Amino acid sequence: MKTIEVNKIDVGYANELIIKNLSISIPSNKITTIIGPNGCGKSTLIKTIARILNVKGGAVFLEGEEIHKVDTKEIAKRMAILPQTAEAPGGLTVYELISYGRFPYKKGMGSLRKEDYEYINWAVDVTGLTEVQNRAISALSGGQRQRVWIAMALAQGTDTLVLDEPTTYLDLAHQLDILLLLERLNKEEGRTIIMVLHDLNHASRFSHYMIAMRDGEVVTDGTPEEVMTCANLQQVFQIDAHLARCPHSANPICLSYQLCQAEKASACCSINSASKAYHQTASG
Amino acid sequence: MNEQEELKEVKKTVRPIRGVIILTGGSLLLLLSLMLAVSLGAADIQLKTVWQAIFQFDPDLQQHQIIREIRFPRILGAAIVGSCFAVSGALMQGMTRNPLADSGLLGLNAGAVFMLACCFAFFPDLPYLYMILFSFLGAALGAGIVYGVGSLSKNGLTPIRLVLAGAAVSALLGALSEGIALYYEIGQDLAFWYAGGISGTSWNHLQIITPWLLLALAVAMTLSHSITLLSLGEEVAVGLGTKTGRVKLTASIIIVILAGLAVSVVGAVSFVGLIVPHIVRWFMGYDYRWIIPGTIIYGALLVVLADLAARIISPPHEMPIGALIALLGVPFFLYLARKGGGMV
Repeated sequence: MKTIEVNKIDVGYANELIIKNLSISIPSNKITTIIGPNGCGKSTLIKTIARILNVKGGAVFLEGEEIHKVDTKEIAKRMAILPQTAEAPGGLTVYELISYGRFPYKKGMGSLRKEDYEYINWAVDVTGLTEVQNRAISALSGGQRQRVWIAMALAQGTDTLVLDEPTTYLDLAHQLDILLLLERLNKEEGRTIIMVLHDLNHASRFSHYMIAMRDGEVVTDGTPEEVMTCANLQQVFQIDAHLARCPHSANPICLSYQLCQAEKASACCSINSASKAYHQTASG
Repeated sequence: MNEQEELKEVKKTVRPIRGVIILTGGSLLLLLSLMLAVSLGAADIQLKTVWQAIFQFDPDLQQHQIIREIRFPRILGAAIVGSCFAVSGALMQGMTRNPLADSGLLGLNAGAVFMLACCFAFFPDLPYLYMILFSFLGAALGAGIVYGVGSLSKNGLTPIRLVLAGAAVSALLGALSEGIALYYEIGQDLAFWYAGGISGTSWNHLQIITPWLLLALAVAMTLSHSITLLSLGEEVAVGLGTKTGRVKLTASIIIVILAGLAVSVVGAVSFVGLIVPHIVRWFMGYDYRWIIPGTIIYGALLVVLADLAARIISPPHEMPIGALIALLGVPFFLYLARKGGGMV
């Protein structure tokens, strides 16, 4: 079952196409992560999936319907998005911002109904914001703010969540905190999550499905096991990666890396002894 | 624990209650200032006489005549102008997330005056109804040029850059208007439009303006929720299912209509659209479903009081209200600009 089908899309600004003839399917009820170097088009792809950008050719289908043609409010009931640089007016309270997630369900000036309050309260609760729900957003830390935006997206009550670099600008603990929240939403509620991440190890640890892009094209896609190989990372990021096993998910992670130099390439391409040593110290 | 829960309950309901109080309070203040404005002026008139002029009108009494034919239209004109500028400012600030947006600062007013100057020069007998249309066109022209000039810069449209473009374009359009005025010898007709003065307002003007005003304000109210979402950022608004293109286009038309109406009555008065939305937000929060009605009332209040002050500071001479409001507006602008143009 595929939630989103991207069918031969062309996307770009002015005369310059960033993405040409790209097709990809995104599975339902899974966490999908798009990775790739700066300027590879991953943000463009996710913005197109989120209908922030228009296609110049091809089409994106959400549950079989063409996303740029269906009423945008209807889409907003099925797919919530969290843009990369979401910034709210500082004086808005947490609860107020989260309540805007119910906009797609409102008619005219209509005020919130009981069902809306239930969704909002649930979103506040599940993101652990109960304590701060009446504070001004300006009084929150970066990690809490990101939770507020996620809560707003959750209040939309959609099956699909699209997030563009949800962990950027957060410190290590807060990054993990956000990803664990997303993982929980996927596991417990079966939500489809599509996101762009910069951190390969996070991508590998939390995703069911990965898409690696370079120069506006999908280089490879599949499970973390299939995507996180030395050869792929070399092709996508031009790095020589030392891979190891994540002690938490058992998926491959990148322990350290060198910039690629053509003649030395593939010297270290395997989940090598370094990782074994790592595992021994980790378990012992 | 109990205390904390109580606190939550209170706060959750605080915004609507506060909003209602502030709107009601504002309406009362506005009513009071309207009455004051009618009774005070070059000829002081007792409130009792005002009352009589409304309910027991006697056409032979000069005071009743003054009240009915001069003060009422002028004061209503002031209130309308205030609401127009303030709401157009609020819409601009919310829609573009630019805390420094104001129809005066972004060239709409200068554009409208320029078109009015052209009207005077080329179609001197044009009825007021058509002049308003030219005023709309002028406001759109001003905004168009400012955004055009602003987007030429490589690093995109920042609030300050837009204000700079607005200043440059306003200066240019102002100079052109003056040139036209000099060349066609219509300086007298235009004079009060530069400085800002409401003394010329007549019932006839108000009759023509009112339908536009009501329509524009009604549309502004229906847009208010979408404007709130746009103030969270374009991408967030799209994600929540806002038809951003349609909302922005409609809001732009409303902004141009409101600014054009106000300029056709009072001339190029800046800063009302800057100050009022900020003050209203300070009291009522960031939801434009509250901000729009708030700016309607408090915008009217500001200009009615400014017009009153303009009349009573040195009678029988009148100060230009544009100058009076600038006395408030300039420090306010400097404060906002220094603050780095925080979020709207």
